Amino acid sequence: MADLLEVTDLHTQFFTRDGVVRAVDGVTFQVAAGETLGIVGESGCGKSVTALSLMRLIPQPPGKIVKGSIMFDGQDILKMDDDDVRGIRGNNIAMIFQDPMTSLNPVLTISRQISEALELHMKMDKSEARKRTIELLELVNIPSAKKRVDDYPHQFSGGMRQRVMIAMALSCNPKLILADEPTTALDVTIQAQILDLLKNLAREFRTAFILITHDLGVVAGMTQRINVMYAGRIVEKADTVELFANPKMPYTWGLLRSIPRLDESRKAKLVPIEGLPPDLIAPPPGCKFEPRCQYRHDVCHEKEPDLKHIPNSKPDHEARCWGTQEGGWLVDTDWRREIGDTRVIEEIKQETASVTATPETPGE
Amino acid sequence: MATASTTQERAAELNVLSRKQRSLWGDALYRLMRNKAAVGGLIVIASAFLVAIFAPVLAPYDPIAIPLNPSTQMEPLWTGSKYTDPRYLLGTDFLGRDIISRLIFASRISMVVGFIPTFIVFGLGVSIGMSAGFFGGWLDQLLMRFTDIIYAFPDFLFLLIIVASFRASGFGKVLDGLMLIFVAIAIVGWVGVARLTRGQVLALKEREFVEAARSVGATSGRIMAKHLLPNALAPLIVTAAFAVPSAILGEATLSFLGVGIIPPTPSWGQMINEGFPLFSSNPWAVLMPAICISVVMLAFTFVGDGLRDALDPRMKT
Repeated sequence: MADLLEVTDLHTQFFTRDGVVRAVDGVTFQVAAGETLGIVGESGCGKSVTALSLMRLIPQPPGKIVKGSIMFDGQDILKMDDDDVRGIRGNNIAMIFQDPMTSLNPVLTISRQISEALELHMKMDKSEARKRTIELLELVNIPSAKKRVDDYPHQFSGGMRQRVMIAMALSCNPKLILADEPTTALDVTIQAQILDLLKNLAREFRTAFILITHDLGVVAGMTQRINVMYAGRIVEKADTVELFANPKMPYTWGLLRSIPRLDESRKAKLVPIEGLPPDLIAPPPGCKFEPRCQYRHDVCHEKEPDLKHIPNSKPDHEARCWGTQEGGWLVDTDWRREIGDTRVIEEIKQETASVTATPETPGE
Repeated sequence: MATASTTQERAAELNVLSRKQRSLWGDALYRLMRNKAAVGGLIVIASAFLVAIFAPVLAPYDPIAIPLNPSTQMEPLWTGSKYTDPRYLLGTDFLGRDIISRLIFASRISMVVGFIPTFIVFGLGVSIGMSAGFFGGWLDQLLMRFTDIIYAFPDFLFLLIIVASFRASGFGKVLDGLMLIFVAIAIVGWVGVARLTRGQVLALKEREFVEAARSVGATSGRIMAKHLLPNALAPLIVTAAFAVPSAILGEATLSFLGVGIIPPTPSWGQMINEGFPLFSSNPWAVLMPAICISVVMLAFTFVGDGLRDALDPRMKT
C-alpha cells in the first residue's frame, strides 16, 4: 500500500535569544492509509512539534521548518501556499489536542464549534451542519446529543469535551488524525473509554492515526507501529509487538522500566530514567542519550549512531544505539533482566532453587 | 455506555436533569436585571431616548425661534416670584425661549453624541487593537507607537484643539458642528479601546482553542471575528458603557466653552453657557440643564457598573 504520509528528514527549529533550538532534528517516518502510528517519548523531545509541523502550525517566528519534506497524498505540505494548507487542515488532516478544557472556545456553543470545519470545508449550510453535528456527537457517544448541541463547553465534563474534540476532528472524514496526548488530561477510566472510542473509530473509518504520548501503556493497545523519540530524533522504530517484546535501545528500556505495574510487589519502587533530556540548543555531540545512559561506552560520547537495523530482530526494527548494533556490547543483554521484570526475577529464583538445594536469593 | 445513555434519556423524559438552558449572555442579562441601580439607569436612559425621539411632539414651544413679545429670564413657576409666566413651567432663557422645549430638544444632541462617537471609537479601537495584538511584529509596533503618541496628549486639551481648529472650516459646520464633535471625540477616544483590545487579544491568542480553530483550517480573519472578539467582548462592553457618558460630558463641556454645537441649536452645555452670565439673577437657566446632564450621566454610570458586575461576577469592586 502506498504511504499516505511520508516525512523525510524533517528539521524544525526555534530561533530564540539563547540560540537555535533543534526541536525536531532529522525525523523520517511513514504512515500508511488506515494505519495507527505511535510516537512516544518524554516531555520536550519533539513529539508535539513534529505533529504541529505536519500541519504547518508552528508559530512563526520563532519557529521554522528548516529542512525536509512532508509528502501527504503525493503533495509536499511544506511547498504549499497558505490557502492550500488551510484547505488540508481539518479537511484531510485533523488534530485532537491534549487539553479539552482549553481547546474549546468557552463562549461558543458546541454546535457552532463543530460546525466550523463543516461550513469551511464541506460548504454545508447551517441546518445541514447542525444535523451532521448531532450525528457526530452520537458517534462519539454523547448522550442525548440533540439536547446537548447548544450547550457551552463549561456544561460538559472533561471526558465529554474530549469526545467533542474527537467529533470535531472526525467532522470532515479526514484521512489522517493527529492525536497529541489525547488522554493526558483525563482520569484513567475516561482515558480507557476515549482510547477505546479512538480505536473503534480508526477501524470503522479506516482513518490513519498518529498517536502522540509519553505513556507506553496508551500506545500498547492502540498502534501498529511505534516510533520512540528522544531529543528531536527517532531513536527506535519497530512494530508494536516487536517493540514491547524486543526493545533495542536503552532509552526504551528506561521508558518500559518506568511504567508502574500491578503485578509488582508493593515495596518495589518506580525506577525513573535519571537526569533530564538534553538541552536542545547544545545537544551532546555523540548519542543524545549518552549522558543518561547506564550502558555507555566511550564511542557513545564521540559519535552519534545511525538509525540502523538491529541484529536479532524483525527486519523493520531499527534503533540508534552503538551497544545493540552489530558487534555492540548490548547485543546479548536480556533487557527484561535489565529493567527488573518481576517475571524474570521469579524465573531466576526458580532456576537457582532447582539447581542448588538451598535458595540463596533473599526473599523480597 | 448503553445503560448510561438510557439513564440519561429516562432522566430527560422525567424532566429530572433538565434545567432551563441559559446562554452566557442570557446569564449576564439575568444578573443585570437583578441590579436595581442598573435597571433604574436603563429606565432613565430609555426615557431620555423616547424624549429625544418624540421631541417635536413633546415640546410645547419652538426651541429656537424667539417669541414676538418675549418675556425673558422667567423663573420656574414653583418659585412663586414675580418673574414667572404661567405659560412657561420652567421659565425662559435670556431670549425668552421656553426652557422645557430647549431641554427636550437638547436631549437629542446628547443622545446622539453619546452613542455615535462610541460606535466609531469601538470600530476603530477594536480593529486597530485586534490587528496589532493578533499579528504582532512590526504591525504591532507601528500601531501601538501611533497609539502611544495619541495617548500622550491630554484628552480634553486634544479634543479642544481639534474642535477649535476645524470649527471655522466647512467640515466644522456640518450638522451644526455635530459631525466635528463626533470625529473629535472618536479620535481622542479610540486609543483606550485599542490598548484594551490588544491586551485581551495578546492573552487570548495563546489559548489552545485558537490553535484548534487554526487546525480545522480557519483563516485569521475568521479566528479574530468568531473566536477572539466574543471572548474579549465583556470588558469592551463595560468600557463602552462608560464611554457614552464621557462623550456626553465632552460635548457638554465643549458647548459650555462655546466651541461645541453651533447656536441656536440647543444642547445642554450650550444652555449652561448661555445662562451662566446671568447666574446670579436667574440660576435656574443654568441649573436645569445641569441637572439633566447629571441625571443622564448617573444613569449611564449605574448601567456601566451593573454591566461590569453582570459580565464578570468574579470581579468585586
